[in-house]
Amino acid sequence: MSWKYVCNVSDLQPDSGVCALVDGQQIAIFYMVKGHTVYAIHNYDPLGKANVLSRGLIGDIKGEPVVASPLYKQHFNLKTGVCVEDGQVAVPAYPIRLNNGRVEIQVTAPCLSEGQDHEKASV
Amino acid sequence: MNKKQSLVVIGNGMVGQHFLSSLMASSAKEHYHITTFCEEPRAAYDRVHLSSFFSGKTAADLAMADESFFADNGITIHLGDKAESIDRTSKTVLSTKGVKVSYDALVLATGSYPFVPPVPGHDRKNCLVYRTIEDLEAIATAAQTSKVGVVVGGGLLGLEAAKALTDLGLETHVVEFAPRLMAVQLDDGGGAMLRRKVEELGLQIHTSKNTTQIIDGEQCANKMCFADGEELETDIVLFSAGIRPRDDIARACGLDVGPRGGIVIDNQCKTSDPNIYAIGECALWNGMIYGLVAPGYAMARTVATDLAGETASFTGADMSTKLKLMGVDVASIGDAHAKSQGALVYTYQNGASEIYKRLVVSQDKKQLLGAVLVGEVSGYGTLLQYCLNGIELPENPDSLILPHRSDESVGLGPDALPMSAQICSCYDVTKGAICQAIDQGCTSIGALKAETKASTGCGGCAALLKSVMDCELNKRGFEVNTDLCEHFPYTRQDLYNLVVVEQIKTFDDLLEKHGKGRGCDVCKPAIGSILASYWNEYVLSDKHLGLQDTNDTFLANMQKDGTYSVVPRVTGGEISPDMLIALGQVGKKYNLYTKITGGQRVDLFGARVDQLPHIWKELIDAGFESGHAYGKSLRTVKSCVGSTWCRYGIDDSVGLAIELENRYKGLRSPHKLKFAVSGCTRECAEAQGKDVGVIATENGWNLYVCGNGGMKPRHADLFATGLDKETLIKYIDRFLIFYVRTAGRLQRTSVWMENMEGGLDYLKAVVIDDKLAICAQLEDQMQYVIDTYQCEWLTTIQDESKLKRFRHFINSDQPDDNVVFVEERGQIRPADEDERKHFKLMEVA
Repeated sequence: MSWKYVCNVSDLQPDSGVCALVDGQQIAIFYMVKGHTVYAIHNYDPLGKANVLSRGLIGDIKGEPVVASPLYKQHFNLKTGVCVEDGQVAVPAYPIRLNNGRVEIQVTAPCLSEGQDHEKASV
Repeated sequence: MNKKQSLVVIGNGMVGQHFLSSLMASSAKEHYHITTFCEEPRAAYDRVHLSSFFSGKTAADLAMADESFFADNGITIHLGDKAESIDRTSKTVLSTKGVKVSYDALVLATGSYPFVPPVPGHDRKNCLVYRTIEDLEAIATAAQTSKVGVVVGGGLLGLEAAKALTDLGLETHVVEFAPRLMAVQLDDGGGAMLRRKVEELGLQIHTSKNTTQIIDGEQCANKMCFADGEELETDIVLFSAGIRPRDDIARACGLDVGPRGGIVIDNQCKTSDPNIYAIGECALWNGMIYGLVAPGYAMARTVATDLAGETASFTGADMSTKLKLMGVDVASIGDAHAKSQGALVYTYQNGASEIYKRLVVSQDKKQLLGAVLVGEVSGYGTLLQYCLNGIELPENPDSLILPHRSDESVGLGPDALPMSAQICSCYDVTKGAICQAIDQGCTSIGALKAETKASTGCGGCAALLKSVMDCELNKRGFEVNTDLCEHFPYTRQDLYNLVVVEQIKTFDDLLEKHGKGRGCDVCKPAIGSILASYWNEYVLSDKHLGLQDTNDTFLANMQKDGTYSVVPRVTGGEISPDMLIALGQVGKKYNLYTKITGGQRVDLFGARVDQLPHIWKELIDAGFESGHAYGKSLRTVKSCVGSTWCRYGIDDSVGLAIELENRYKGLRSPHKLKFAVSGCTRECAEAQGKDVGVIATENGWNLYVCGNGGMKPRHADLFATGLDKETLIKYIDRFLIFYVRTAGRLQRTSVWMENMEGGLDYLKAVVIDDKLAICAQLEDQMQYVIDTYQCEWLTTIQDESKLKRFRHFINSDQPDDNVVFVEERGQIRPADEDERKHFKLMEVA
């Protein structure tokens, strides 16, 4: 799996999120200035059913980095994508890194689309 | 492997539902296929709080179980289908719609029906009963064309029904056969005090009245004639004269019933057929029908336990009650009428405060047998525990009902209760169970409720539960936590003071000095709001942006599909034709759904995030500014047309509304703020339902504060009268900043004032009399906010670097393909899930 360039650090929003389009997938990328950390999860909120997670407030709960969905405020762990309120619910999380001012990500496309199809089929 | 047996439950009311959920929690769940018949068109709902239907609750709010309960648990429910007959030979139940189900075990939870006295005319038009949501809808319909309503029956349910009629705006009478109200629960003294209090609230009470017939009225649709020759004209007659068990289906299949009705049951709630149980108000145990929900629940649990093969028995239930009738607190415990042999009675009556208390104690003054409390019921929990647990009374039992100074500790601390003491009677939760839950880590009321179900029924034990929890937490060395969140060990008010005293300007600075971790979606917006209220800086600047809640982040209101709605300010609701046309042009150009709001402005829906700056550029060019509909801040100042046009207007309400809105626009506050100004006391602007309401009178402006609409509407309180404009504005300045400084997070003005020690009087002392000598500061702070006002949208579109964020993708100009609209009534709306699937298919094809 290779690292894919997405954008530059200067394109990220300090202590907030942006959404990027990578291989046809909507990826929410969060940038915490303190610690110079980036996180990437899918942008689709499976509970609110809209592409909005990048617009949520970020922070930490019991030391774990989280984003609060802007729609109904459930929290998703930024490292694992698992919903804090309901462990059965999760969004895909992706490896992401800062490389000399460049934001790079690994998107596992086939796995994700399969997951999405499953969800759609069961709706 | 054993084949599953068939269990049929007839009736899905509160007790039937409690039975199902008790069964789901027990091991018996695995052994049965369950079918239930529900005659009503909807599954079980909360009949105890039925009157809240008229104060805004919907049928869905009152529902007892989640929609998915039946499906999740594999229970077949036949809604709107009544079980018609039981064939005990073939062990089958047949429904009205022809569904036939065989059973191994059958539970009858058919409930009761309202008793309607068979007086001539009882079936005339608008002679109604009060039991189901359908009944309530019929009452609401009848009320639309009625002025007067009479409730027949002055018991507990009758007074609830009377509250409903009052809420519907009717002149309301209560007609009671007995010589006092709530004859079962109260003695003469308590009944008289209750009567006095509800009469003050506008009810007209007629006791010792025997209705003989109902005939045509002259002023109203109906006339009630009484045995004493008196008459009463009314449009609606609402019968609430007691209940009768619904035992017809049991009778028809030959089960034993009581001489005055009711399906006879034993201690296991079994009827005369061992395969059939009966629970709730249809059941007759030991010659007694229980018309309260808690005993019905106890029967339900007994049957669930019995079906699980464990031993359980129902051996009667305590009929003590505590409730609020039309805002009047009433409680009755045990032997309220002192019928026990040798019982002694203490009474305390305070005419001025309208409090009545009565204690019934045993001859040796050691045991509490019963009590009546009207007007002040804070001692209910303690007294009930004395009564139920046989705890020995103090030497002077009257100390339990006499008023006492606050430094004296009277009553029974939760510590004195035995572990077996029942705290919640609806769900049979003991103090022991609560302690166990606390030991397992439940340290908040919410967690205890979820774990034990205590206080999730009638809610009457909430205060007792809280005191048991506080006491037990204290014993375990916990402190009661008022921290904002895990990142800040302070209240919102503390943090506001820290910002002011240390002149802190950023979240990071505050976090560094007084917090820990990285913050969260609780503390960030709360502190963002404090900083905005105090410093009034641009909320989307880099240092503040990450603190903003959903709507503030893009200065627009996020809708369910991730698109936004846009609301420009229309001060006082006054708008010129040209401005209206400009709004229309923008709506049309961007194909937005448009709707008029309750705050007299226009909401434009369906804007994508990348369209927002373009839309606002056009709106600002047309002369609009941000309406702050996205912020916890001043929203609108609604107005009626006032003296300029109205024949009745006393003063220029529109002019004042515009001035107030321009003065306070942009002020960030703990919760949203709404104002209104009415030009006369006809109050067309509904100012008394607002945080700040102003009404013109001949003598000047009257100021109302701390009202609100929404989920828990509250009528505003009259704060000052006959003010000139200068004084009015001064008071509002002080009021608002005092609120911003001292309120809790997301606390509305109403709750803020209600929680304030001293309440309205204290608030008046601070704002009018300057008791704290801070009014000059408050006014200065407000002046600073006014002087530093900016239209956040103007600032945003003028700064190229700020616009970069307003795109769906940081690296592409594509829009979000999940946003799909369809047309309805000539405008767009978000596609629903079915429509969405269709679109996806079309795209693929």
